[in-house]
Amino acid sequence: MAMEKVWVLAEPGDSGPVPVALELLTQARSLASSVEAITWGTDAASVAGVAGEYGASRVYDVGDLGGELPGAPVAGAIASLVTANGAPDALLIPATYDGRDVAGRLSAKLDRPVLTNVTGLVADGDLKTQHLVFGGSHVLTARFTGEGPGIFVVRAKSFAAEPSGGGPAEVVAAPPPDAGSANAARILARHVEERSGPKLDEASVVVSGGRGLTAAENYALIEELANLLHGAPGASRAIVDAGWVPYSYQVGQTGKTVKPTVYVACGISGATQHLVGMKGSKNIVAINKDQDAPIFSVADLGIVGDVHKVLPALIDALKARG
Amino acid sequence: MQAMNVVVCVKQIPDPAAPASLDESTHTLDRTGKLILDDSDSYGVEMALQLADTEAGDEVVLVSMAPNGEVSGLRTALAMGAAKALLVSDPVLAGTDALGTAKVLAAAIRRVEPDLVIAATESTDGYTGTLPVQVAEILGLPSVTFAKSISIDGSNVKVERQTEAGYDEVESPMPVVVTVTAGVVEPRYPSFKGIMAAKSKPVETLTVADLGLDASEVGVSGSRQEIVDVSEAESRSGGEIVVDEGDGADRIVAFLEQIKVI
Repeated sequence: MAMEKVWVLAEPGDSGPVPVALELLTQARSLASSVEAITWGTDAASVAGVAGEYGASRVYDVGDLGGELPGAPVAGAIASLVTANGAPDALLIPATYDGRDVAGRLSAKLDRPVLTNVTGLVADGDLKTQHLVFGGSHVLTARFTGEGPGIFVVRAKSFAAEPSGGGPAEVVAAPPPDAGSANAARILARHVEERSGPKLDEASVVVSGGRGLTAAENYALIEELANLLHGAPGASRAIVDAGWVPYSYQVGQTGKTVKPTVYVACGISGATQHLVGMKGSKNIVAINKDQDAPIFSVADLGIVGDVHKVLPALIDALKARG
Repeated sequence: MQAMNVVVCVKQIPDPAAPASLDESTHTLDRTGKLILDDSDSYGVEMALQLADTEAGDEVVLVSMAPNGEVSGLRTALAMGAAKALLVSDPVLAGTDALGTAKVLAAAIRRVEPDLVIAATESTDGYTGTLPVQVAEILGLPSVTFAKSISIDGSNVKVERQTEAGYDEVESPMPVVVTVTAGVVEPRYPSFKGIMAAKSKPVETLTVADLGLDASEVGVSGSRQEIVDVSEAESRSGGEIVVDEGDGADRIVAFLEQIKVI
């Protein structure tokens, strides 16, 4: 049985919705006859243009939030929409910093559970969700048992984004109700850290480093190799926990899912925590001194060797090619 | 300023180094073995200890939930320096989902009258990552997630919140819920003195009924979601594994050429 209506949280990005929102709009189209989106910010028109192209007929615009964090006001606006218009069959939310805030707030507000880390959605009588567990070796299938709407937080790269060729979505204002003290935090300043090259979860080449690098300063080799391959640098949880690189670099279960053309794992043993975030890569190259390291079980090319020797040699070889 | 209560939400989890297993009938994670303090929470505990001025009477209070009376993970955090712990322990809690857990923790936290509530961004075993915000919503508090630093400025907190592009400087009045990611501070190792002192620090145990919650809101019955199947995922077939004889870099270059990346 197809569903009637699915809502997608179309978090605003640089121009139009963030990429994962387009993946969710695409998937929503195959699940329900009516797809609507919720967005916020100063440019609902461009979100509506792109969201329409990916199948949304309507975009609810929460409006410019100024310095407010999106969690409380956006969840409040969605709860008001549910009261006024009835609940959709499902609400799909991108697994982003702000998406998770909205999902958590909304879940408590509506007293509905939320299913997170969703990597697959199947309409099979009712809507079932798939989640990768145990480092991606198993797929767990779950479903809601209570009243809707089901709230689903979906990981990036779970679906391919494909435009439907639709015209711009209709923009309908959905101002947030007063959230009181829950909305008391304010953004005083935004800092953009200059980073050259593609974003980690959009790059076609990802070069990641782990504990095997032995010291934080050796991470520079990872950055240099990523740069030479026009890719993005990533990291295992171990070196993020150790404070070598920020959390936004982390690939894995807690962290980002990446599916590049090639993933180069340097000095990463391949804990299940890490594998679940990268085993969907088209090609995997691993360098590790331990031949029994689990990373080799998913590698297309595995080099059993010292990362301190192989990495500089690889960098030199690529430089020599010009 | 009055003495501050800093609550840290902590979770005791099965050792992630040990292979995980699911209960055959309920498909829920087997938590019957020994539980330890989730590594992710040690950063929150450390952050709280750094922010609390114990000489001014500030206290770091742990709040946790478990279906059994497990306290070994709490003792680790007490040994690091937390003053006391509140453990909601009740057999009816088995199978509780994130929202049910948030209801329980919120009710427990309310009793402490916190100025600041710190939690990890996500747990290592469940990693749903929504619980702290659910707690904030239930308590009607602001929340700032993904903090890489927290400082206290009078009755406000200032937080550097990580974003995709960098970070935002966020200010919020207290009380507030703040989540921290791993790696933002270096958790201290409990000292021998700390470990000895932890043995006599108070751990108050409460039941779901003590918190005035209905048993139907928690446990499997309250979770309103179920696991219908667990099956093996398609596995990747292994490739070519070679020992580096000085030609490792060349082999990688050849592979990258073959897949037309270079």
